[in-house]
Amino acid sequence: MEEGVVNEILQGPLRDVFDSKQLITDISGSGNNWAVGHKVFGSLYREQILEKLRKSAEHCDCLQCFFVIHSMGGGTGSGLGTFLLKVLEDEFPEVYRFVTAVYPSSEDDVITSPYNSMLAMKELNEHADCVLPIDNQSLFDIISKIDLVVNSGKLGTTVKPKSLVTSNMGAVTKRHKKPFDAMNNIVANLLLSLTSSARFEGSLNMDLNEISMNLVPFPQLHYLVSSLTPLYTLADVNIPPRRLDQMFSDAFSKDHQLMQADPRHSLYLACALIVRGDVQISDLRRNIERLKPALQFVSWNQEGWKTSLCSVPPVGHSHSLLALANNTCVKPTFMELRERFMRLYKKKAHLHHYLQVDGMEESAFAEAVSSLSALIQEYNELDATKSMPVPDVPRLSVAM
Amino acid sequence: MNLIQKEVEKCDSLSGFFIIMSMAGGTGSGLGAFITQKLQDQYSSSLKMNQIIWPYGTGEVIVQNYNSILTLSHLYRSSDALLIHENDAVHKICAKQMNIKQISFRDLNQVLAHQLGSVFQPTYSEDGSFPYRRDPLGDLMEHLVPHPEFKMLGVRNIPQMSENSLAYSTFTWAGLLKHLRQMLISGAKMEEGINWQVRPPLSGLPPLGKMSVHKDLHLNTSVANLVILRGKDVQSADVEGFKDPALYTSWLEPVHAFSMWKTQRAFDKYEKSAALVSNSQLLVKPLDMIVGKAWNMFASKAYIHQYTRFGMEEEDFLDSFTLLEQVVASYGSLGP
Repeated sequence: MEEGVVNEILQGPLRDVFDSKQLITDISGSGNNWAVGHKVFGSLYREQILEKLRKSAEHCDCLQCFFVIHSMGGGTGSGLGTFLLKVLEDEFPEVYRFVTAVYPSSEDDVITSPYNSMLAMKELNEHADCVLPIDNQSLFDIISKIDLVVNSGKLGTTVKPKSLVTSNMGAVTKRHKKPFDAMNNIVANLLLSLTSSARFEGSLNMDLNEISMNLVPFPQLHYLVSSLTPLYTLADVNIPPRRLDQMFSDAFSKDHQLMQADPRHSLYLACALIVRGDVQISDLRRNIERLKPALQFVSWNQEGWKTSLCSVPPVGHSHSLLALANNTCVKPTFMELRERFMRLYKKKAHLHHYLQVDGMEESAFAEAVSSLSALIQEYNELDATKSMPVPDVPRLSVAM
Repeated sequence: MNLIQKEVEKCDSLSGFFIIMSMAGGTGSGLGAFITQKLQDQYSSSLKMNQIIWPYGTGEVIVQNYNSILTLSHLYRSSDALLIHENDAVHKICAKQMNIKQISFRDLNQVLAHQLGSVFQPTYSEDGSFPYRRDPLGDLMEHLVPHPEFKMLGVRNIPQMSENSLAYSTFTWAGLLKHLRQMLISGAKMEEGINWQVRPPLSGLPPLGKMSVHKDLHLNTSVANLVILRGKDVQSADVEGFKDPALYTSWLEPVHAFSMWKTQRAFDKYEKSAALVSNSQLLVKPLDMIVGKAWNMFASKAYIHQYTRFGMEEEDFLDSFTLLEQVVASYGSLGP
C-alpha cells in the first residue's frame, strides 16, 4: 500500500522482478491497524485486486496455488493480506492457498501487534490451506550463527564466503540494525525449495498440492514448521556421506527452525523432506531410518514421511534440504500470542482505534480468541496421546 | 480412450493390455485404476494385467496406505491379474545382490525391467505351428489365474548380480532350480538369505498340522506357478521339484498348477537364468500390513477430508477394506 515503500523497491536491484501493472498503492499505510487493512483497504481495493488477479490467472495453463506472504504484526500485511485470503477462496475455490506469515517476536516495535496477529490468526485458521509460520527472532539467530562461523575462520577455507543463503547482494541501502536482507534471503530460499520440483526435474517430484494433501491430516491443523539446511556452503564439492547425513540431522535441530520451536521434543503429525541436488533415494531412506527413533510420531501416522527429490540444487550449493513439519511445537507460539493479546485486551488498551473503523465490532476480538483457543485445545489433545501406547484397533472380520 | 483405440486398431491380434502403475501416489494409482475400469467396460473380452509398484514400507507418501487399498480394491474388481513389484524387495536386491552403494531409482528400474524381460521375452511354443510362443501375456494369465479370487502374482528371478561377481561365477540348472524352489517355499524375495529350514512335509505323510504354525517355518502355499528357463542346455533342466503336490493348494493338481517355458537363448548377460512367476501366499504379509496401517489411520479419520472434498465417501473406504480383508483371508486359507 504505502507508496514510499513500493517506490523504494522499484528503484532497487529487484525492480525487474515485479510487474508494474500488478502493483496497487495508496498514499499511506494502515497505521499498524488490522481493521484499517482488512475492512477499509479491503473494501476499497477489492475490485482492483480481483481484476489484477484474474488477469494473471488467465495466463496460467494450470494454476496450482497462491502464495500469500505477509507479516502478522502490522496493519496492511495482516489485515489486507488475510482479506485477500477470503477473496481467493471465493473466486478460486479449487486453488490452494499457501501463506508464509511472519509472526512478531517478543521484542517487536509495534505495540498493537498482538491484536493484529490474533485477528489475522482467525482468518488463517479458516481460509488458508497451509501456513508456514516464521519469526524474525529465529531468522536473526540463524544469521548471527552463520556470521559467527563464516567470520571466525574456524572452518578456514572450507567455507565459501558468499553462498546463496548468506549473501546479501540484494541489499538496497546501508546496513540496518537488523540484517533484514539476509533474513529475507532465507525465506526466499524456503519458497524456492518448495517450488523446485515444479521448476526442475528430479527422480521423485512433488507438486504443491501434494504438500497440502500429505501434511494436513485435519483441516484446522495446517501449520507447518520449516527448517532449511545447509546454511552455508562448503568449498569441497565432493561431500562425504557424513556431511550429507549432517544435513539431515541439522534439519531437526531447533537452531535451524525458522520459528521458535523445538520439533524434536514435541509430537509429529507428519513430516516432509524436500531434497535438492545430488542425493539418491538410498541416502534419503538411510537418514530417515537413522533419525526416526529419536522422533515421536502420532500413533496413527508412525511412518508419516513425505519425500521428494529434485536434481537441481540451489545456486552455489551442491545439495539442500527443506523440512516441513506438522508438529505440536507450534503450540507455545500460539499460547504466547494469546497471552500477549490478553494482557492488552484486559485493559481494553488501544481498542478504540479498531472499533472506530466501520464494520469492526468488539465481538470480532472475542471470536478470534475462541478460534485460537480451539486450535490450541486440538494440539493439547494430541500432545496428551504422546506417551500413551499405540491403540489396537480391531480389524474387520470377514466370513469365509 | 481414443489414443488406446487407435493403437488397438493397429493390432492384428490383440493379446491384451499391460498397465504399469504405482500404488502410492495419486495419478498412477487413481488414474490407473480408472483406466483399467474403462478398459474393462470397453474391451471386456480382452485380458488386462496391471503391473503394480508396491511402495516402500515407510516414507514415500504419507497417504500411500489409503491410496494403495483404494487402488487394489478397485483393480481387484476390474483387472484380470496383478503383477506386483515391491520397492523394498527390489531395493534389497540392488543393495545385497548387485552391490550398488548409492542406489538410485534408475538402479531400481533396471532390476524391474530385467525381471519383466526375463518373463516376457520370447520362449518356445508348445504346439508345433510356430517356433515361439505367440501370446505370452495370455498364456501367463491362463496358467496363473485359475480362480478370480486369487489374482496377485509375484516375480522372482535368478541370478541377479553385479558384472564383477558374474565374471567369477558358473551356473548349473540343478543349482539354480534348487535355489528357486526354496525361494518359492520359504517366501524369499531374493537369493541371499534364503531360509533352508522350511520344508514341505514328506509325501504320503499327513501334513504337519500345528507344527507348521510357527511363522518362520511357514510353507508358502501356491495356487499356480510358472518357471521360465533361458540359456544353454535348457533341455537338461529338471523341474520335478516344482511338481510336488505339497507346494500347492488342494483344489488344483500340480499338472494344472505348474507350467514351464523355455528357450536356449540366453537372457541379458547370464549364461543361464531362471524366473518364477508365482500366484502364492508370498504377498499376503505385505498386503496385510498395508491394510492394517490404513485401517489404523482410518480409525482416527486422519486425511479423510482430503478425499471427501473430491467426492469420495467413507463408504468407499469401507468397501475397499472389506474386499481386501476377504482377499487376505482367502490367501491365508490356502494352506493345509
